[in-house]
Amino acid sequence: MRVRRGVFVSSFWTAAVLAGVLLLAGPLNVTVNAQQTAPAALAVKIDNFSFSPATLTVPVGTTVTWTNQDDIPHTVVSTDDPRAFRSKVLDTDEKFSYTFTKAGTFAYFCSVHPKMTGTVLVK
Amino acid sequence: MDRKTSKKIMHDHNGDGIDRRGFLECMAWAGTGAFCVMQGGVLKSFSMSRLGDFDAKKMAGELSFVQISDSHMGFNKPANPDVTGTLKAAVDKINGLSTPPEFLLHTGDISHLSKPEEFDTVDQILKGASAKDVFFVPGEHDVLNDDGKQYLDRYGKNTKGAGWYSFDQKGVHFIGLVNVLNLKAGGLGTLGSEQLAWMEDDVKHLKSSTPIVVFAHIPLWSVYPDWGWGTQDSAEALGYLKKFGSVTVLNGHIHQTMQKVEGNVTFHTAMSTAFPQPAPGSAPSPGPMKVPDDQLRKVLGITDVNYTRGKHALAVVDSTLA
Repeated sequence: MRVRRGVFVSSFWTAAVLAGVLLLAGPLNVTVNAQQTAPAALAVKIDNFSFSPATLTVPVGTTVTWTNQDDIPHTVVSTDDPRAFRSKVLDTDEKFSYTFTKAGTFAYFCSVHPKMTGTVLVK
Repeated sequence: MDRKTSKKIMHDHNGDGIDRRGFLECMAWAGTGAFCVMQGGVLKSFSMSRLGDFDAKKMAGELSFVQISDSHMGFNKPANPDVTGTLKAAVDKINGLSTPPEFLLHTGDISHLSKPEEFDTVDQILKGASAKDVFFVPGEHDVLNDDGKQYLDRYGKNTKGAGWYSFDQKGVHFIGLVNVLNLKAGGLGTLGSEQLAWMEDDVKHLKSSTPIVVFAHIPLWSVYPDWGWGTQDSAEALGYLKKFGSVTVLNGHIHQTMQKVEGNVTFHTAMSTAFPQPAPGSAPSPGPMKVPDDQLRKVLGITDVNYTRGKHALAVVDSTLA
Protein backbone atom coordinates (compact mmCIF):
# COMPACT_ATOMS: atom_id res chain seq x y z
CA MET A 1 0.00 0.00 0.00
CA ARG A 2 2.72 2.42 0.92
CA VAL A 3 4.54 1.82 -2.30
CA ARG A 4 1.43 2.09 -4.38
CA ARG A 5 0.37 5.26 -2.64
CA GLY A 6 3.85 6.62 -3.23
CA VAL A 7 3.61 5.84 -6.90
CA PHE A 8 0.22 7.46 -7.08
CA VAL A 9 1.45 10.61 -5.37
CA SER A 10 4.49 10.90 -7.50
CA SER A 11 2.45 10.36 -10.68
CA PHE A 12 0.10 13.09 -9.56
CA TRP A 13 2.92 15.54 -9.02
CA THR A 14 4.60 14.53 -12.25
CA ALA A 15 1.38 15.20 -14.10
CA ALA A 16 0.94 18.49 -12.31
CA VAL A 17 4.47 19.61 -13.06
CA LEU A 18 4.12 18.53 -16.67
CA ALA A 19 0.90 20.44 -16.98
CA GLY A 20 2.65 23.46 -15.53
CA VAL A 21 5.54 23.12 -17.95
CA LEU A 22 3.12 22.79 -20.85
CA LEU A 23 1.31 25.93 -19.72
CA LEU A 24 4.57 27.81 -19.42
CA ALA A 25 5.72 26.58 -22.81
CA GLY A 26 2.53 27.95 -24.34
CA PRO A 27 1.21 31.46 -24.06
CA LEU A 28 3.40 32.46 -21.10
CA ASN A 29 6.64 31.82 -22.94
CA VAL A 30 7.25 35.53 -23.42
CA THR A 31 6.74 36.13 -19.72
CA VAL A 32 9.50 33.72 -18.83
CA ASN A 33 11.93 35.46 -21.19
CA ALA A 34 11.03 38.87 -19.87
CA GLN A 35 11.61 37.77 -16.33
CA GLN A 36 15.07 36.56 -17.28
CA THR A 37 16.14 39.96 -18.61
CA ALA A 38 14.26 42.20 -16.19
CA PRO A 39 13.04 40.35 -13.13
CA ALA A 40 10.71 43.01 -11.73
CA ALA A 41 9.27 43.82 -14.90
CA LEU A 42 6.02 43.48 -16.66
CA ALA A 43 4.02 45.60 -14.34
CA VAL A 44 4.52 49.31 -13.80
CA LYS A 45 3.09 50.75 -10.64
CA ILE A 46 1.72 54.30 -10.62
CA ASP A 47 2.06 55.58 -7.10
CA ASN A 48 2.86 58.93 -5.45
CA PHE A 49 2.74 60.68 -8.82
CA SER A 50 5.48 58.50 -10.33
CA PHE A 51 5.94 55.45 -12.54
CA SER A 52 7.79 52.60 -10.90
CA PRO A 53 10.04 51.32 -12.30
CA ALA A 54 10.54 54.48 -14.32
CA THR A 55 12.64 52.60 -16.86
CA LEU A 56 11.70 49.09 -17.89
CA THR A 57 13.62 46.81 -20.29
CA VAL A 58 11.63 44.06 -22.01
CA PRO A 59 11.94 41.82 -25.06
CA VAL A 60 9.84 42.41 -28.17
CA GLY A 61 6.35 41.01 -27.75
CA THR A 62 6.03 41.84 -24.07
CA THR A 63 2.78 43.16 -22.68
CA VAL A 64 3.31 45.81 -20.01
CA THR A 65 0.51 46.62 -17.59
CA TRP A 66 0.31 49.90 -15.66
CA THR A 67 -1.81 50.01 -12.50
CA ASN A 68 -2.81 53.29 -10.85
CA GLN A 69 -2.44 53.01 -7.08
CA ASP A 70 -2.89 56.75 -6.43
CA ASP A 71 -6.00 58.52 -5.14
CA ILE A 72 -5.77 60.74 -8.21
CA PRO A 73 -6.36 59.73 -11.84
CA HIS A 74 -3.43 59.42 -14.21
CA THR A 75 -2.78 58.51 -17.84
CA VAL A 76 -0.09 56.60 -19.72
CA VAL A 77 0.65 58.39 -22.98
CA SER A 78 3.50 57.85 -25.46
CA THR A 79 5.53 60.97 -26.27
CA ASP A 80 6.09 59.82 -29.87
CA ASP A 81 4.46 61.59 -32.77
CA PRO A 82 2.23 59.88 -33.72
CA ARG A 83 1.68 58.42 -30.27
CA ALA A 84 2.55 54.72 -30.01
CA PHE A 85 -0.03 54.29 -27.25
CA ARG A 86 -2.39 56.39 -25.19
CA SER A 87 -4.49 55.17 -22.28
CA LYS A 88 -7.83 56.54 -21.24
CA VAL A 89 -7.71 58.19 -17.84
CA LEU A 90 -7.05 55.60 -15.13
CA ASP A 91 -8.87 56.07 -11.85
CA THR A 92 -7.63 54.37 -8.68
CA ASP A 93 -6.87 50.65 -9.25
CA GLU A 94 -7.57 50.85 -12.98
CA LYS A 95 -5.10 49.28 -15.40
CA PHE A 96 -3.77 49.87 -18.90
CA SER A 97 -1.87 47.30 -20.98
CA TYR A 98 0.13 47.68 -24.15
CA THR A 99 2.03 45.02 -26.10
CA PHE A 100 5.37 46.18 -27.49
CA THR A 101 5.74 44.53 -30.88
CA LYS A 102 8.77 46.53 -32.08
CA ALA A 103 12.21 47.14 -30.64
CA GLY A 104 13.01 50.68 -29.61
CA THR A 105 12.85 53.27 -26.85
CA PHE A 106 9.34 54.23 -25.88
CA ALA A 107 9.13 57.33 -23.71
CA TYR A 108 5.80 58.07 -22.08
CA PHE A 109 4.23 60.42 -19.54
CA CYS A 110 1.06 61.20 -17.65
CA SER A 111 -0.75 63.76 -19.79
CA VAL A 112 -2.58 65.02 -16.69
CA HIS A 113 0.62 65.45 -14.63
CA PRO A 114 3.36 65.84 -17.21
CA LYS A 115 6.14 65.83 -14.62
CA MET A 116 5.47 62.09 -14.42
CA THR A 117 7.60 60.39 -17.07
CA GLY A 118 8.79 56.86 -17.83
CA THR A 119 10.53 54.80 -20.51
CA VAL A 120 10.13 51.28 -21.86
CA LEU A 121 13.22 49.89 -23.64
CA VAL A 122 12.18 47.11 -25.99
CA LYS A 123 15.05 44.89 -27.19
CA MET B 1 1.63 93.12 8.14
CA ASP B 2 3.53 95.43 5.82
CA ARG B 3 6.51 94.20 7.68
CA LYS B 4 5.62 90.66 6.75
CA THR B 5 5.44 91.54 3.08
CA SER B 6 8.75 93.36 3.09
CA LYS B 7 10.36 90.55 5.05
CA LYS B 8 9.28 88.19 2.31
CA ILE B 9 11.06 90.24 -0.30
CA MET B 10 14.18 90.78 1.82
CA HIS B 11 14.74 87.06 2.10
CA ASP B 12 14.19 86.39 -1.54
CA HIS B 13 17.34 84.67 -2.76
CA ASN B 14 15.99 83.25 -5.99
CA GLY B 15 14.69 86.47 -7.44
CA ASP B 16 11.18 85.04 -7.57
CA GLY B 17 9.74 87.29 -4.90
CA ILE B 18 9.26 84.58 -2.32
CA ASP B 19 11.44 82.75 0.15
CA ARG B 20 11.05 79.82 2.48
CA ARG B 21 9.95 81.99 5.38
CA GLY B 22 7.44 83.76 3.18
CA PHE B 23 6.20 80.40 2.03
CA LEU B 24 5.77 79.16 5.58
CA GLU B 25 3.94 82.31 6.57
CA CYS B 26 1.64 81.90 3.61
CA MET B 27 1.11 78.30 4.60
CA ALA B 28 0.27 79.26 8.14
CA TRP B 29 -2.68 81.12 6.68
CA ALA B 30 -3.99 78.10 4.83
CA GLY B 31 -5.96 76.83 7.74
CA THR B 32 -7.26 80.14 9.04
CA GLY B 33 -7.74 82.17 5.89
CA ALA B 34 -6.17 85.48 5.00
CA PHE B 35 -7.51 88.91 4.34
CA CYS B 36 -5.53 90.77 1.72
CA VAL B 37 -5.62 94.26 0.31
CA MET B 38 -3.66 95.31 -2.70
CA GLN B 39 -2.83 98.98 -3.07
CA GLY B 40 -0.54 100.16 -5.81
CA GLY B 41 0.89 96.70 -6.19
CA VAL B 42 1.60 96.26 -2.48
CA LEU B 43 -0.26 93.49 -0.76
CA LYS B 44 -1.35 93.98 2.83
CA SER B 45 -2.36 90.76 4.49
CA PHE B 46 -4.20 90.12 7.72
CA SER B 47 -4.81 86.74 9.21
CA MET B 48 -8.49 86.06 9.75
CA SER B 49 -7.91 86.08 13.49
CA ARG B 50 -6.95 89.78 13.25
CA LEU B 51 -9.86 90.84 11.06
CA GLY B 52 -11.21 92.88 13.97
CA ASP B 53 -8.26 95.23 13.51
CA PHE B 54 -9.44 96.12 10.06
CA ASP B 55 -12.05 98.65 8.99
CA ALA B 56 -14.48 96.61 6.91
CA LYS B 57 -15.98 99.77 5.41
CA LYS B 58 -12.79 100.35 3.50
CA MET B 59 -13.48 97.16 1.62
CA ALA B 60 -17.01 97.98 0.60
CA GLY B 61 -16.53 98.43 -3.11
CA GLU B 62 -18.35 98.63 -6.38
CA LEU B 63 -17.58 95.12 -7.44
CA SER B 64 -17.53 91.99 -5.37
CA PHE B 65 -17.07 88.46 -6.66
CA VAL B 66 -16.13 85.08 -5.26
CA GLN B 67 -13.57 82.63 -6.53
CA ILE B 68 -14.19 78.94 -5.92
CA SER B 69 -11.94 76.20 -7.16
CA ASP B 70 -11.18 72.51 -7.39
CA SER B 71 -14.58 71.02 -6.62
CA HIS B 72 -13.40 67.63 -7.91
CA MET B 73 -16.96 66.37 -8.11
CA GLY B 74 -16.79 62.56 -8.19
CA PHE B 75 -13.81 62.29 -5.83
CA ASN B 76 -14.71 59.81 -3.09
CA LYS B 77 -11.46 58.87 -1.37
CA PRO B 78 -10.77 59.19 2.39
CA ALA B 79 -9.42 62.75 2.07
CA ASN B 80 -13.08 63.76 1.55
CA PRO B 81 -15.80 61.20 0.86
CA ASP B 82 -18.41 63.99 0.57
CA VAL B 83 -17.27 66.58 -1.98
CA THR B 84 -20.92 67.31 -2.74
CA GLY B 85 -21.50 68.31 0.87
CA THR B 86 -18.47 70.58 1.01
CA LEU B 87 -19.38 72.29 -2.29
CA LYS B 88 -22.85 72.92 -0.87
CA ALA B 89 -21.19 74.33 2.26
CA ALA B 90 -19.17 76.66 0.02
CA VAL B 91 -22.39 77.87 -1.61
CA ASP B 92 -23.90 78.44 1.83
CA LYS B 93 -20.81 80.46 2.75
CA ILE B 94 -21.19 82.54 -0.41
CA ASN B 95 -24.87 83.14 0.30
CA GLY B 96 -23.98 84.27 3.80
CA LEU B 97 -21.50 86.97 2.75
CA SER B 98 -22.40 90.44 3.97
CA THR B 99 -21.69 91.83 0.50
CA PRO B 100 -23.40 89.57 -2.02
CA PRO B 101 -21.02 88.80 -4.89
CA GLU B 102 -22.06 89.76 -8.38
CA PHE B 103 -20.71 86.57 -9.91
CA LEU B 104 -18.56 83.53 -9.25
CA LEU B 105 -15.28 82.54 -10.83
CA HIS B 106 -14.55 78.81 -10.84
CA THR B 107 -10.86 78.23 -11.48
CA GLY B 108 -11.14 74.65 -12.66
CA ASP B 109 -11.20 71.01 -11.69
CA ILE B 110 -14.95 71.27 -11.61
CA SER B 111 -15.09 67.49 -12.02
CA HIS B 112 -12.74 64.75 -10.92
CA LEU B 113 -12.98 62.46 -13.96
CA SER B 114 -14.66 64.66 -16.62
CA LYS B 115 -17.86 62.62 -16.32
CA PRO B 116 -21.05 64.34 -17.54
CA GLU B 117 -22.85 63.61 -14.27
CA GLU B 118 -20.04 65.25 -12.30
CA PHE B 119 -20.43 68.50 -14.25
CA ASP B 120 -24.22 68.21 -13.91
CA THR B 121 -23.97 67.93 -10.12
CA VAL B 122 -21.73 71.00 -9.82
CA ASP B 123 -23.97 73.03 -12.11
CA GLN B 124 -26.98 72.04 -10.04
CA ILE B 125 -25.34 72.97 -6.72
CA LEU B 126 -24.08 76.31 -8.05
CA LYS B 127 -27.61 77.20 -9.10
CA GLY B 128 -28.27 77.54 -5.37
CA ALA B 129 -25.78 80.42 -5.12
CA SER B 130 -27.06 83.98 -4.79
CA ALA B 131 -24.82 85.00 -7.69
CA LYS B 132 -26.26 83.58 -10.88
CA ASP B 133 -23.37 84.10 -13.28
CA VAL B 134 -20.47 81.67 -13.04
CA PHE B 135 -17.34 82.11 -15.13
CA PHE B 136 -15.25 78.98 -15.58
CA VAL B 137 -11.81 78.00 -16.75
CA PRO B 138 -10.95 74.30 -17.06
CA GLY B 139 -8.65 72.29 -14.83
CA GLU B 140 -6.81 69.24 -16.10
CA HIS B 141 -9.50 67.03 -14.56
CA ASP B 142 -12.12 68.67 -16.77
CA VAL B 143 -10.45 67.85 -20.09
CA LEU B 144 -9.61 64.16 -19.62
CA ASN B 145 -9.95 61.80 -22.59
CA ASP B 146 -11.32 64.32 -25.12
CA ASP B 147 -8.88 67.27 -25.08
CA GLY B 148 -11.57 69.44 -23.58
CA LYS B 149 -14.32 68.98 -26.15
CA GLN B 150 -17.02 68.28 -23.56
CA TYR B 151 -15.83 71.21 -21.45
CA LEU B 152 -16.12 73.52 -24.46
CA ASP B 153 -19.60 72.22 -25.27
CA ARG B 154 -20.74 72.95 -21.72
CA TYR B 155 -18.87 76.10 -20.75
CA GLY B 156 -17.24 77.40 -23.91
CA LYS B 157 -19.98 79.63 -25.27
CA ASN B 158 -18.49 83.01 -26.24
CA THR B 159 -14.94 81.78 -25.70
CA LYS B 160 -12.01 81.52 -28.08
CA GLY B 161 -9.75 78.58 -28.86
CA ALA B 162 -9.73 76.01 -26.08
CA GLY B 163 -11.99 78.18 -23.91
CA TRP B 164 -10.15 81.42 -23.17
CA TYR B 165 -12.03 84.73 -23.03
CA SER B 166 -12.19 88.14 -21.44
CA PHE B 167 -14.95 90.34 -20.12
CA ASP B 168 -15.37 93.67 -18.34
CA GLN B 169 -17.24 94.33 -15.12
CA LYS B 170 -17.42 97.81 -13.59
CA GLY B 171 -14.17 98.94 -15.08
CA VAL B 172 -12.24 95.79 -14.23
CA HIS B 173 -10.97 93.70 -17.13
CA PHE B 174 -11.13 89.94 -16.50
CA ILE B 175 -9.12 87.43 -18.53
CA GLY B 176 -9.84 83.69 -18.25
CA LEU B 177 -6.97 81.55 -19.51
CA VAL B 178 -6.62 77.83 -20.28
CA ASN B 179 -3.29 76.25 -19.29
CA VAL B 180 -4.22 72.57 -18.92
CA LEU B 181 -4.18 71.36 -22.54
CA ASN B 182 -1.42 70.06 -24.80
CA LEU B 183 0.86 69.48 -21.84
CA LYS B 184 4.31 68.21 -22.81
CA ALA B 185 6.21 65.40 -21.08
CA GLY B 186 8.31 66.78 -18.25
CA GLY B 187 6.72 70.21 -18.58
CA LEU B 188 4.38 72.49 -16.67
CA GLY B 189 1.07 74.12 -17.48
CA THR B 190 0.98 75.60 -20.98
CA LEU B 191 -0.83 78.55 -22.53
CA GLY B 192 0.46 78.14 -26.07
CA SER B 193 1.25 80.63 -28.81
CA GLU B 194 -2.31 80.99 -30.12
CA GLN B 195 -3.69 81.96 -26.72
CA LEU B 196 -0.74 84.27 -26.01
CA ALA B 197 -1.27 86.08 -29.30
CA TRP B 198 -4.94 86.50 -28.46
CA MET B 199 -4.12 87.84 -25.01
CA GLU B 200 -1.56 90.33 -26.29
CA ASP B 201 -4.19 91.67 -28.67
CA ASP B 202 -6.91 91.59 -25.99
CA VAL B 203 -5.11 93.97 -23.64
CA LYS B 204 -3.48 96.21 -26.23
CA HIS B 205 -6.35 98.71 -26.39
CA LEU B 206 -6.84 99.00 -22.61
CA LYS B 207 -5.75 102.01 -20.59
CA SER B 208 -2.92 101.32 -18.20
CA SER B 209 -5.14 102.40 -15.31
CA THR B 210 -7.55 99.52 -15.97
CA PRO B 211 -7.44 96.98 -13.14
CA ILE B 212 -6.75 93.53 -14.56
CA VAL B 213 -7.80 90.19 -13.09
CA VAL B 214 -6.32 87.11 -14.76
CA PHE B 215 -7.68 83.72 -13.74
CA ALA B 216 -6.51 80.26 -14.77
CA HIS B 217 -6.33 76.83 -13.16
CA ILE B 218 -2.62 76.09 -12.79
CA PRO B 219 -0.66 78.87 -11.06
CA LEU B 220 0.84 81.43 -13.44
CA TRP B 221 3.89 81.68 -11.18
CA SER B 222 6.39 79.02 -10.18
CA VAL B 223 4.92 77.77 -6.93
CA TYR B 224 6.74 74.44 -7.05
CA PRO B 225 7.83 73.23 -10.48
CA ASP B 226 8.94 69.82 -9.12
CA TRP B 227 5.26 69.06 -8.63
CA GLY B 228 4.24 70.76 -11.85
CA TRP B 229 2.89 73.78 -9.96
CA GLY B 230 3.65 76.43 -12.53
CA THR B 231 3.05 77.45 -16.15
CA GLN B 232 5.99 77.36 -18.51
CA ASP B 233 5.01 80.29 -20.73
CA SER B 234 3.36 82.44 -18.05
CA ALA B 235 6.18 85.01 -18.22
CA GLU B 236 5.09 85.95 -21.73
CA ALA B 237 1.49 86.40 -20.62
CA LEU B 238 2.54 88.56 -17.67
CA GLY B 239 4.81 90.53 -19.98
CA TYR B 240 1.73 91.85 -21.80
CA LEU B 241 0.46 93.22 -18.47
CA LYS B 242 3.53 95.25 -17.51
CA LYS B 243 1.94 98.58 -18.39
CA PHE B 244 -0.97 98.09 -15.99
CA GLY B 245 -0.82 99.48 -12.48
CA SER B 246 -2.98 96.80 -10.89
CA VAL B 247 -2.87 93.13 -11.91
CA THR B 248 -4.35 90.34 -9.80
CA VAL B 249 -3.77 86.71 -10.78
CA LEU B 250 -6.14 84.12 -9.34
CA ASN B 251 -5.34 80.42 -9.62
CA GLY B 252 -6.39 77.09 -8.16
CA HIS B 253 -4.84 73.65 -8.66
CA ILE B 254 -2.73 73.49 -5.49
CA HIS B 255 -5.62 73.26 -3.01
CA GLN B 256 -4.19 75.77 -0.54
CA THR B 257 -3.84 79.51 -0.31
CA MET B 258 -0.57 81.07 -1.28
CA GLN B 259 0.29 84.52 -2.45
CA LYS B 260 3.10 86.73 -3.54
CA VAL B 261 3.66 90.18 -4.99
CA GLU B 262 5.94 90.82 -7.91
CA GLY B 263 6.04 94.40 -9.13
CA ASN B 264 2.52 95.36 -10.18
CA VAL B 265 1.21 91.80 -9.94
CA THR B 266 -0.38 90.07 -6.97
CA PHE B 267 -0.67 86.30 -7.27
CA HIS B 268 -3.16 84.37 -5.22
CA THR B 269 -4.20 80.72 -5.13
CA ALA B 270 -7.50 79.53 -3.70
CA MET B 271 -8.40 76.66 -1.44
CA SER B 272 -10.27 73.70 -2.88
CA THR B 273 -13.85 72.98 -1.95
CA ALA B 274 -12.99 69.24 -2.04
CA PHE B 275 -9.74 68.24 -0.34
CA PRO B 276 -6.44 69.81 0.77
CA GLN B 277 -3.05 69.08 -0.76
CA PRO B 278 0.28 69.17 1.07
CA ALA B 279 2.56 72.20 1.22
CA PRO B 280 5.21 72.12 -1.52
CA GLY B 281 7.83 69.48 -0.85
CA SER B 282 6.31 68.48 2.48
CA ALA B 283 5.11 65.07 1.23
CA PRO B 284 6.36 62.50 -1.30
CA SER B 285 3.75 63.68 -3.80
CA PRO B 286 1.03 66.31 -4.18
CA GLY B 287 -1.75 63.73 -3.67
CA PRO B 288 -4.84 64.39 -1.54
CA MET B 289 -3.99 65.05 2.11
CA LYS B 290 -6.03 63.27 4.74
CA VAL B 291 -6.67 65.48 7.75
CA PRO B 292 -8.77 64.62 10.82
CA ASP B 293 -12.49 64.79 9.97
CA ASP B 294 -13.11 67.72 12.30
CA GLN B 295 -10.30 69.68 10.61
CA LEU B 296 -11.37 69.16 7.01
CA ARG B 297 -13.57 72.21 6.60
CA LYS B 298 -10.82 74.40 8.01
CA VAL B 299 -8.67 73.65 4.98
CA LEU B 300 -11.41 74.04 2.36
CA GLY B 301 -12.94 77.34 1.37
CA ILE B 302 -13.79 80.21 -0.92
CA THR B 303 -12.12 83.48 -1.89
CA ASP B 304 -14.04 86.74 -1.79
CA VAL B 305 -12.67 89.60 -3.91
CA ASN B 306 -13.71 93.24 -3.67
CA TYR B 307 -12.84 96.13 -5.93
CA THR B 308 -13.35 99.81 -5.21
CA ARG B 309 -13.12 102.12 -8.17
CA GLY B 310 -10.52 104.83 -7.80
CA LYS B 311 -8.78 103.08 -4.96
CA HIS B 312 -6.53 101.23 -7.34
CA ALA B 313 -6.89 98.16 -5.22
CA LEU B 314 -8.48 94.77 -5.06
CA ALA B 315 -9.06 93.11 -1.73
CA VAL B 316 -8.77 89.34 -1.58
CA VAL B 317 -10.29 87.51 1.38
CA ASP B 318 -10.04 83.77 1.94
CA SER B 319 -12.51 82.13 4.23
CA THR B 320 -12.72 78.49 5.18
CA LEU B 321 -15.82 76.32 5.28
CA ALA B 322 -15.38 75.74 9.01
